[in-house]
Amino acid sequence: MTGALTTTGTPGAAPPVRRSATTVIGTSNLRKRYGAVHAVDGIDLDVRAGDVYGFLGANGSGKTTTVRMLLGLVLATEGEIELLGEPMPRAGRRVLPRVGALIENPAHYGHLSGRVNLTLLDAAGPGGDRRTRADRVSAVLEQVGLGAVGRRPVKAYSLGMRQRLGLAGALLRRPELLVLDEPTNGLDPQGIHEIRDLLLELNRTGTTVFLSSHLLAEVEQLCTRVGVLDRGRLVLQDELATLTAPTGATLVQTPRPDLVHRVLGGRVLRVDGERVVVHGADPAEVNAALVGAGVPVTGLELERPSLEEVVLAAASSSADRVDGAAGRGAGR
Amino acid sequence: MIAVELVKLFRRPRTWVTIALLNALPVLVAVLLALTDLGPRPGEGPAFLSAVLTNGNLYPLAALAIVLPLFLPIAVAVVAGDSVAGEAQGGTLRYLLARPAGRTRLLVAKLVAAFVFVLVAVVVVAAVGYVTGSVLFGVAPTGTTTFSGTTLSSQQIVVRTLLAIGYVTFSMLGVAAFALFFSTLTDSPLGATLGALAVLITSSLLFTLDAASSIAPYLPTRYWLSYVDLFRDPILWRDIVRGVGLQAVYLVVLLGASWANFTTKDVTS
Repeated sequence: MTGALTTTGTPGAAPPVRRSATTVIGTSNLRKRYGAVHAVDGIDLDVRAGDVYGFLGANGSGKTTTVRMLLGLVLATEGEIELLGEPMPRAGRRVLPRVGALIENPAHYGHLSGRVNLTLLDAAGPGGDRRTRADRVSAVLEQVGLGAVGRRPVKAYSLGMRQRLGLAGALLRRPELLVLDEPTNGLDPQGIHEIRDLLLELNRTGTTVFLSSHLLAEVEQLCTRVGVLDRGRLVLQDELATLTAPTGATLVQTPRPDLVHRVLGGRVLRVDGERVVVHGADPAEVNAALVGAGVPVTGLELERPSLEEVVLAAASSSADRVDGAAGRGAGR
Repeated sequence: MIAVELVKLFRRPRTWVTIALLNALPVLVAVLLALTDLGPRPGEGPAFLSAVLTNGNLYPLAALAIVLPLFLPIAVAVVAGDSVAGEAQGGTLRYLLARPAGRTRLLVAKLVAAFVFVLVAVVVVAAVGYVTGSVLFGVAPTGTTTFSGTTLSSQQIVVRTLLAIGYVTFSMLGVAAFALFFSTLTDSPLGATLGALAVLITSSLLFTLDAASSIAPYLPTRYWLSYVDLFRDPILWRDIVRGVGLQAVYLVVLLGASWANFTTKDVTS
């Protein structure tokens, strides 16, 4: 696990952002202090072109502060940020038009229609060609499934429709990088499925996606790389496939765990009801040994840690907890 | 960006409701005056009001004098106080800044929008006042008498009324600057508006207090009503010039403070 070092970093000089040619988001020793609270405590993010990067962490672990620092909303106390190869927030005017963002909840002007909202947002900054604006607005409304919403004011939209409109705003300029904070908030299961397909489709056509979430199942289905934030520190950053790689053990389902024990003896690592974990990364071999000895086997698979197990092992308890002797408080 | 802000301002129903309400009181006063024919004695009540019974030409000025102490500053404080804090409260500020709108550009656009609102509000009050005045009181054919007893031609009246509109607008920009500054400090538009109004009420109160006479020349509301001096003959420029100078100082200081605060603050709304 090459990228899984906990970055403690010394206060003071931030080393330049270590980046490969494909780094899309790179931070170096990024810190944010609010008074005595270290909301973000020296993190080195490395998001590469083509990634669907899952940025995980409990509530209050510093996800939102980090996202806001990447976009130039919150100014870092210390450290460097590079976005699409340019320094932030200095180069924001050049970089941010190439980035689409959904920051916490979507927000719109309630008395205006979705179309007018998107038009105004596009007109409010550089990089949105005025001549193509109407067409681009129509196209993204279609893309997020709001093509026929008409002139209804946004205050009459449902939560899911607002979420879709927020996503439409992020997609308006065909961004190279999407920064999304909980993009499936408020959507029903079909909506979640739709948005997931949309994000995967965008990723296939070259968009890098940075997805901040605390929904592990969602990240597991979508992401290729994962970073885990715990109390302001990046405790884990690696390929999802590496993190959930087989552990070298085989999982045996059997109504007779006692027989497995008799046949395989010391190879049994754990017994959990009808599930027995056996040393050995070759299920066929394990199967042959058990069936040959007359042990009934109803299921067999390589043991892999779930993302949840990986995250729980790396992170401490939920930052919502405010225990008596807790050292460091929850960030914002 | 400025166009975007103007669209947001003038497509908002509240803007027009505010302007309509602003005109309600002068119209009501005009109707009461016309029905009863009971004007205040010269020197009492709102400026110009005693003169309008004989000449409707002066009613735009009387209308401004009626809304100037309270209603106009409230309207301006509501709009300017909402400008940044309202976006923060609604959550749209983070999307504007991530667009990126640019903090300085956004602030300038907000200021221009507030200025346009002030101008529109003052001009509408004056225009409605003119229509009300000429319909209800008629226009004196002989010309208008100044506070100094001489007579002004209609042309002079028009020029001086326009000067008065300009002066009132500039005075209200001071209110807008206070509200905009508070608006960059808080995420609550109500707080920003009330903050600006608190400043104005403090200023008006201190102005009436003899013990505060040494600071009276620096109070933001001190020269608000000095546009009355435009209707003396010859025009008494002293207070008007001082009023413009004082508002200019407040504008520069407050806008500088707004800019310094807004461009360096963490947007966590």
